[in-house]
Amino acid sequence: MIPAEFDYVAPQSLDEALQALAQGGEDAKILAGGHSLIPLMKLRMSQPSLLVDLRQLQDLKSVNADNGQIRLGAMVTHHRVATGNFGLASAAAATIADQQVRNMGTIGGTLAHGDPASDMPAVLLALEGSVVIRGSSGEREVAANDLFEDFLTTAVGEGEILTEVRFPRLEGYGYGYEKFNRRQEDWAMVAVSALVKKAADGTCEDVRIGLTHMGSVPLRATAAEQALRGQPLTAESIASAASHAAEGTEPPADLNASQDYKRHLARVLTRRALTTASE
Amino acid sequence: MAGSVRVTMTVNGAQQSAEVEPRLLLVHFLRETLGLTGTHVGCDTSNCGACTVHLNGEAIKSCTLLAAQADGAEITTIEGMGQEGALHPLQEAFWEHHGLQCGYCTPGMIMASADLLERNPKPNEEEVREALAGNLCRCTGYHNIVKAVLAASEAS
Repeated sequence: MIPAEFDYVAPQSLDEALQALAQGGEDAKILAGGHSLIPLMKLRMSQPSLLVDLRQLQDLKSVNADNGQIRLGAMVTHHRVATGNFGLASAAAATIADQQVRNMGTIGGTLAHGDPASDMPAVLLALEGSVVIRGSSGEREVAANDLFEDFLTTAVGEGEILTEVRFPRLEGYGYGYEKFNRRQEDWAMVAVSALVKKAADGTCEDVRIGLTHMGSVPLRATAAEQALRGQPLTAESIASAASHAAEGTEPPADLNASQDYKRHLARVLTRRALTTASE
Repeated sequence: MAGSVRVTMTVNGAQQSAEVEPRLLLVHFLRETLGLTGTHVGCDTSNCGACTVHLNGEAIKSCTLLAAQADGAEITTIEGMGQEGALHPLQEAFWEHHGLQCGYCTPGMIMASADLLERNPKPNEEEVREALAGNLCRCTGYHNIVKAVLAASEAS
């Protein structure tokens, strides 16, 4: 399968890239690792007139993990996230597709693509992280909560580039990541990110639960979080909280999983992820 | 629109340069422009791994990469792994342990395995299976492939 024709540039600087995007107009697309975009182009589901390849922008490949805040350039690959010792983010990145895909796919690319079935959006949501977006008029930071607007639609606007991903290290939190799919390379039918902070008396001081593929955007399982906060971290209280994990969700059904089955998966995976995060 | 781009890359130690369409995939550059047909096109959808080559030392799927993205890179294909009479330890091990039947997936299996052994020279069986999750074989059931990779890791 061959993509439709397009023009291609690989700028040397972010300013040049923004300029190229502006000149390319609405049919210009940014190319990061290409592992979502190129398959779509081969299927002719995406036909950009211009690709602006960010591969030469070394600043976008930097990793900074000082002061409890992790800052990853948008072009940092899933492999580097998986092996970077970043807790939940690393655990989730290690499950993305396969090694070859993790060697090319990037954290900025997957977040800007905004596929609700992909792993990192709900992880960033649970971590209460953010992204930096650069446009011709400057830079802005957008919280994960405001980034994902709809299926494959994010707050990254036309002519803008997602440049950096930020999230706190969350010392003192345990984490768990559970994904259910039929084959290792597949997208998640459902995945659950859990972060748990245990108080000195063994109760749950804080909990955050991110849901993947339970809606057109990544979601927080707020009812389950509320049910567990302040409770002892016992198998019973975790199971009871997890039973609320699918409340209020309208997951997209597909050939693999009906809505009811996805809600079932969300409850089971939440219980497992919370259990791991509480250990 | 759609002019051409000049790409220059080192392929198996030799510098190669060509004027190509931006939409040319790396796998077609290797097979058709350079005549290196050891890299196979299997599924053409980044699932099967038959097209696996190394880009700057890391295994990637060349059906999901534009040749233009590899400009300036070092590429290694199965042809760069060993020669007749002086096979790479992985090639020896796949032969010795019969890690193939039809052989279509074998170049990709070897390139993915080489990436694993570079990162983890002494993997256990589970790590081998995990590292080859992106490579499909429809003949062997994987047992002899895994045996071959483990044998190569012990031989090196």
